[in-house]
Amino acid sequence: MTRTDLGMPAFPEAAREAVRDGVLRANLRHATHTIRDKRARAVAELADWDRLRAAGKAVKDHTLRHLDRHLLRLEAAVTAAGGTVHWAVDADEANRIVTELVRATGEREVVKVKSMATQEIGLNEALEAAGIAAYETDLAELIVQLGRDRPSHILVPAIHRNRAEIRDIFRAEMGRWGRPAPDALGDDPRELAEAARLHLREKFLRAKVAVSGANFMVAETGTMVVLESEGNGRMCLTLPETLISVVGIEKVVPTFRDLEIFLQTLPRSSTAERMNPYTTMWTGLGPSRGADGDGPSAFHLVLLDNGRTDTLADETGRQALRCIRCSACLNVCPVYERAGGHAYGSVYPGPIGAVLSPQLRGTGSAIDASLPYASTLCGACYDVCPVAIDIPEILVHLRERVAQGGPVTRHGIRVRIRPAHGHTAERAAVRAARLLLDRPGALRAGERLLARARRLTPRRLPGPGRAWTDTRELPSVPAESFRDWWTRERGTPQ
Amino acid sequence: MRVALFVTCVNDALYPQTGIAVVRLLERLGVAVDFPAAQSCCGQPLYNTGYRHETEPLLLRTAAAFAGHAYVVTPSGSCAAMIREHYPRIGRKAEREGRGTDLADAATSLAPRVYELTEFLVDVLGVTDVGAYFPHTVTYHPSCHGLRGLGLGDRPRRLLAAVKGLDLVELSGAQECCGFGGTFAVKNPDVSAAMGTDKIASAAGTGAEVLCAADNSCLAHLGGLLRRADSPLRTLHLAEILASTEEEPPT
Repeated sequence: MTRTDLGMPAFPEAAREAVRDGVLRANLRHATHTIRDKRARAVAELADWDRLRAAGKAVKDHTLRHLDRHLLRLEAAVTAAGGTVHWAVDADEANRIVTELVRATGEREVVKVKSMATQEIGLNEALEAAGIAAYETDLAELIVQLGRDRPSHILVPAIHRNRAEIRDIFRAEMGRWGRPAPDALGDDPRELAEAARLHLREKFLRAKVAVSGANFMVAETGTMVVLESEGNGRMCLTLPETLISVVGIEKVVPTFRDLEIFLQTLPRSSTAERMNPYTTMWTGLGPSRGADGDGPSAFHLVLLDNGRTDTLADETGRQALRCIRCSACLNVCPVYERAGGHAYGSVYPGPIGAVLSPQLRGTGSAIDASLPYASTLCGACYDVCPVAIDIPEILVHLRERVAQGGPVTRHGIRVRIRPAHGHTAERAAVRAARLLLDRPGALRAGERLLARARRLTPRRLPGPGRAWTDTRELPSVPAESFRDWWTRERGTPQ
Repeated sequence: MRVALFVTCVNDALYPQTGIAVVRLLERLGVAVDFPAAQSCCGQPLYNTGYRHETEPLLLRTAAAFAGHAYVVTPSGSCAAMIREHYPRIGRKAEREGRGTDLADAATSLAPRVYELTEFLVDVLGVTDVGAYFPHTVTYHPSCHGLRGLGLGDRPRRLLAAVKGLDLVELSGAQECCGFGGTFAVKNPDVSAAMGTDKIASAAGTGAEVLCAADNSCLAHLGGLLRRADSPLRTLHLAEILASTEEEPPT
């Protein structure tokens, strides 16, 4: 996650702009509703969906509980198959390792498979600073990169763009990066895809180094797994001589057989397909060790922590590490649909982003402290999650961290953090409310006071109350509370 | 049969007619209703805003207020979900923090005795036709905590469908949140209002006269938007429709 994200305004301000952008709202509504409905149909086809979901959760929980063991096993298997394993404690270390590996090849450019982990660490920017060009080859990532834009969705990073906007970006920018788009390029999806194909083909055939992530890593065999739709990933994973994969440590599963669950749940949850078009699996350099010229002759796996071990230490928050990045939660989230992905100030937007970012990055910045509140706790995200992450539960847990402070693990050390800025008045108000609510006598007096002043109820409130009355009338205050009605009708309650 | 009414703080202070409707409805069905005066707020707004520790005294108060009552009935899916889902969680956390089992004990004792109104009617009393009369076109918004938290399913709609004279029309996108979300409504006012505006547009599109829900907090938000827009659509809690008869229409 780039440092610019951390300078972002808090979520409510960032969302305000998106809510007022009619084109963006229409793009997002159309895209999320289409995929949401398709997912529901794809999931309904499986009679054992609930059991697959429970199994996915159980496998991930088991793996996380013994993560150290599975990672060492993975390292041994990858090494035995001719790969080299590197351990990166944070983004800087991972970027340094990848930069050095690319430099050692003497190359000045790399092709990239769509990867959240490399987005998270800002790898492209780090490589650029070292004079190495990184070319995104996933169609949507290409649109984002060409448009000097930021991704706004995990699976569909250019979801905020419509095809006319994409045509304009291709026409204006492709020439600066390689083969230009045809002058007469229209906005027909087939034409756009063909322009991207020609532009990217040049890069695939030239590239000597590829950088990827992975959806899964199998500890028992050392096998890496990438699921994709376009085949562009397959090009990157097979054509270049050197392959570098940056993968979060939580992506490991113990055995090959565990894939049976996730290869069913991930495609249905993400693209709403029964099966994704391309699944690439490789184990180190394979039995031929690249000697037959087939596939890369060097494979490096960079295992990325970057806040994951600290997250794992938290009993409630750790379930976020089960995430398989399907984006089903984004597609059903009514807040995401209206605020858009950029408002979340992270490569992980939507509900999962609201629980991942404040854990991986901490709650120190305005954006991260506001993310746990970027939800109505409606629970739609939990319902669709293929690994049953109780996102509302984590959100409330993180709200507590923001509002009250408390124990967290930072760099492996248990510390107590102070509440985030800007919650002092709220804390006092909550305390006062609790004191009132804990004394029914006082509550009754308060209700009577309110009832006496009911004719004075204003249409617009000052201060923080404006947030309600700017768009909504206040409820009218009744002449008599329920308590008083009961006493009048039934006598003093027991 | 005897039940204790947990009216909830929002209904007590702002929507007493909902509490009164529950009393009339239950008594009409032959159920005796108590109103334990020690009750207050379940603590949900505090808990959901991040103040678990401030919520704890309210958990203890609520559990004590309803001790000894076999059935605690509440006209709020949200408050019922707070007690059933979150009270045990608060208890477990306190235990893990080494603060004893008082909260956990109070939570586990109360949680299984709490029923949201439609659950009580359908599951405990076994009725769907409560003998109500309400000659209007109604659309129903299933509030999230009832729908997904408690799993109320089609209970509310079955109850509404059995009301004499009532024409129940389907709300498109019914399962989508209305955008209230407790303090979300003021912490994220723009997104909240955008969600609510879409919801009332769907409701108005049904041609219904009444937008019904089983949670007055959602209806405070939606009703506030409707009145600001001078919409003829009015909001009404499910209990008030079910309590309504030819002799006693809702106020």
